[in-house]
Amino acid sequence: MLKRYFNLTRMEFVLYLREPSGFFFTLIFPLLLMMLFGSIWGNKPFPGGNFGYIDYAVPAFIGMVILTTGISGLTTSIAAYREKGILRRFKSAPISPLLVLTAELSSLFIITVLGMLLLLAAGVIVFGMRFFGSILEVLVAFVLSTLAISALGFIPASLAPTARSGMIISNVMYFPMLFLSGAALPREMLPSFLKSFSQILPLTHVIELLQGLWLGGHLWEYPVQILVLCGVTTAGFVIAAKYFRWE
Amino acid sequence: MDGISLCVSRGEIFGIVGPNGAGKTTIMDCIVSMRKPDSGFITVLDLDPLRQRKALLKKVGIQQQESELPDRMKVWEAIDLFSCFYGNPADTSGILSRLGLSGKKESYFSALSGGQKKRLFVALSLVGDPEIVFLDELTSGLDPRSRRSMWDLVRALRDDGKTVFLSTHYMDEVEKLCDRVAIIDNGKIVAMDTPESLIRSHAFALSVVMGIPDSFNGKEIELIPGVVEAFREGGKTVARVRDSSAVIEIVKLLVDREIELGDFHTEKSTLEDVFLKLTGKEIND
Repeated sequence: MLKRYFNLTRMEFVLYLREPSGFFFTLIFPLLLMMLFGSIWGNKPFPGGNFGYIDYAVPAFIGMVILTTGISGLTTSIAAYREKGILRRFKSAPISPLLVLTAELSSLFIITVLGMLLLLAAGVIVFGMRFFGSILEVLVAFVLSTLAISALGFIPASLAPTARSGMIISNVMYFPMLFLSGAALPREMLPSFLKSFSQILPLTHVIELLQGLWLGGHLWEYPVQILVLCGVTTAGFVIAAKYFRWE
Repeated sequence: MDGISLCVSRGEIFGIVGPNGAGKTTIMDCIVSMRKPDSGFITVLDLDPLRQRKALLKKVGIQQQESELPDRMKVWEAIDLFSCFYGNPADTSGILSRLGLSGKKESYFSALSGGQKKRLFVALSLVGDPEIVFLDELTSGLDPRSRRSMWDLVRALRDDGKTVFLSTHYMDEVEKLCDRVAIIDNGKIVAMDTPESLIRSHAFALSVVMGIPDSFNGKEIELIPGVVEAFREGGKTVARVRDSSAVIEIVKLLVDREIELGDFHTEKSTLEDVFLKLTGKEIND
C-alpha cells in the first residue's frame, strides 16, 4: 500500500516537472517576477519600518505558487485523467482511484514546497531576506492555505459538466486571484474598489495571513483569514465528496 | 446486449468476433467489472466481478481498446509503476522483450507509434502475471508482421497455462488463433463453437472458381453430386461443394466437354462465409 502510494506520488511528481508549462509557471515564473520587482525596489526597509519589499513579497509569491498548483495544476491533471482515458487504464489495475488522487495531491504539495524553497533561497541569497515570525506558525498557515486553495480547485472539477468547461472556470478563478489578491502585485497598488473586491478572493486571505505571520504576527491575530480558509476547505471538500466523479 | 450466455474454460483461447458496434467491448467490460450489467450473472475465477472487484483485478490482466497514459510517461516507468500494484508481479524485462519494446524503454508514451502503444498496453496487461488475459481488439492497427508476432505471443500465453479472452473483428484472426469462438452480432451470440466446427456446420467445404466461358451452362455443374450451388461471379463460374470428390467430378465434366479453362482454383471456406451465412451481411460493411 505504502509502496504503491510512494511510487504513484513520485511518478506524478516527475510527470509534473516534465511538463514545461507546469514547471515554468509554478517554479520559475514566481521566481522571475520576484527577481524583477526585487531588482527594482530592492530590500531596503520602508521608511519608518523594519522590513523591505522582499520581506513582504516572499510570502506573497509563496501564495502565487499555492495558487498555481492548487488551481491550474490540479484542474489540468484531473482533466487529463478524465478526458484522455488514463484513468481507464488505472481502473483496470487493482488500485483505488482514491489512491491515485491522493498521490496527485501529494505530488502537487511537494511541488508547492519546492516552489517555496526556491523563493526562500533567492530571497535569502540575493536580497538578504528578513524573517520576523515563527517558523511553526508559518508552516501551519502554509498547510492550511494549500488545503484551502486545492479544495477550491476541486470545485470546478466537481461541478463543471465537462472537463473543458472545468478548465475555463478554473482560469476565471485563477487570473483575478493572480493579479488582485496581492500575489503578483502588492494589493496596496490597486484602486480602492478593486481592493475591496479582492476581499472575496480566498487567495487574498492566504497572502494576508502569510505576510502577517512573516512580519511577526501570530495566528490568533488573524481569525477572519483563518476562518475564511477553513470555510473554503470545508466547502471545497464537501462539494468534491458529493459531486466529484472520475468519469 | 441480449441474452449473452457463454462459458470459457481454463487454458483456452476464447475469441468473440463481430463487426464494430456489435457489443464486444461491452461484454468484456462487464466480465472484468468495468461496467455493471443491467441484469444477469457473471462469475470469473469463482469471483463476482461487481462485489469482489479488487480480488478479481489482481488475477486478470486487461488490455483495453481505448486507454491512454500520460504523454510524458516513459515505457519502463509505466511498466514499473503498474507492476508495483500487484503482489507477485511478472518479470518486467522479460515482458518488454517479449513484446519487442526493449529498445523503446526510454521513450515517452507520446512518442510511440500506434502499434507500439498497443504492444505497451498488452505488456501492462501481463505485468501482474494474471491467470486470465483479456485482450480487446489486440491487433487492430498493427502491421501484418506485428500481428503475427502478437498471435505467437497469445499462443505462448496459453502454453504457459493462462486463459486468453480476446475480441476482434478479424475473422482470419479467430480462425487461426482461437480454440473456441463466439460470433456476435447486434448484441447477440449468433454461433459459438470451435472455428472448424463452425465452418463445417455452417459453410461449404470448398468453393471452386473456374475461368470458363459464359456460354457453358452452369446448371450442368449443379447436377453433380456434392455440388450445392453454382453461379457466375466476376466473369467466372463459382461452384460451392461439400467435399473434394465433387471437385474431381467437376474437372471430369469440363474435360469431357472440352471446355477451355482459364483460371481454376479452389478456396476453403472461412469464418467469413459462416458470418455471411448467419447474419446475411459482410462483417466489415
